[in-house]
Amino acid sequence: MSNSDLKVKVWRGSQEGEFVEYLVPRNPNQTVLDVVTYIQRKLDPTLSYRFACRVGMCGSCAMTVNGVARWTCRTHVSKIVEGDSLEIAPLNNLPVIKDLATDMREFFNKWKGAVGFFKGDKTRHDDFTKVQPNSEERQLADAGIECIGCGVCYASCEVVQSRPNYLGPAALNRAWTLTNDVRDVQQLERMTAVAGDAGCHACHSQGSCTEACPKSIAPTASIAGLKKLVARAAVRGSKWGKL
Amino acid sequence: MGQVMNQGVLQAKLWYAQRISAMVLGLCVAIHLVIIFYAIRGGLTAQEILGRTQGNVLFAIFYEIFVLACFVHAPIGMVNILQETFPKSGLDRPIAWILALLILILGTTAVVGVFTGGQI
Repeated sequence: MSNSDLKVKVWRGSQEGEFVEYLVPRNPNQTVLDVVTYIQRKLDPTLSYRFACRVGMCGSCAMTVNGVARWTCRTHVSKIVEGDSLEIAPLNNLPVIKDLATDMREFFNKWKGAVGFFKGDKTRHDDFTKVQPNSEERQLADAGIECIGCGVCYASCEVVQSRPNYLGPAALNRAWTLTNDVRDVQQLERMTAVAGDAGCHACHSQGSCTEACPKSIAPTASIAGLKKLVARAAVRGSKWGKL
Repeated sequence: MGQVMNQGVLQAKLWYAQRISAMVLGLCVAIHLVIIFYAIRGGLTAQEILGRTQGNVLFAIFYEIFVLACFVHAPIGMVNILQETFPKSGLDRPIAWILALLILILGTTAVVGVFTGGQI
């Protein structure tokens, strides 16, 4: 059995730490999350990591695997293993709490900072707003709406690395979906929040977020949409007013 | 709050200015290259260049537009690069302003030079 064992290096510690190697038996259809779970249950119960749904819905289990940020529950070992080695580390661009668990507070605070939340002006006594499924706004919102908030794009973004106050791809993608939500009433606040170098205009359009997104969303395209909309609103004005 | 807001809106405007100037530059560079290729078919000397550009208002206007587009475009990009490469230096804006003034002054001097043939 030992011949086919995986050599798995796992980050142990917090900001300071080291990789520790574990031997994990290989199984068919094994995911990276299975490997981490095996280590925690059979080899070292002090290993900390985060997961919940195991089926790619919750966005909790993202880690850096062989140098690339991935959702570990839907990543098969066979697809990414290099020889018989795996290197599993916490996500980049976020403070490490312990081992593979990062502190996601800043990531989610930036969603709030980008006004990445819905606010309408209707009550339960009003009729439903009718949004045509094939309307342009609905289509644009649809393109980015499936985000599960895993942080893979944020960890892959080199602008986040060089500008710590940059809102990042996930928050800006959410802002873009809401910009295209005809029911939302915070459009000017949102555009002001995402304008400039802490927001959409710092994006290099390099596309690392889009390449890494496990849900195949293109935050780069969402950010490009925001750049145009917001800059135009600052110079010429928009349908919601001028910035 | 107002300060932060204005900063973002200002940067959005700068981004817009950089984008528009990039479009102008794209056109200018293309025209510039075509003219170069056309003009040097049989070799070219400084005398011949000045012979064509001296007193030619269209050349002067074209190259001044080129200079103005560089004046807008390059310093904005320089600020971004400096901010991301040396975030704590505080030199991003001074260096960008120096670059802007250099482009404007040296560029305009060159345009005046080819227009007057160096004889003011």
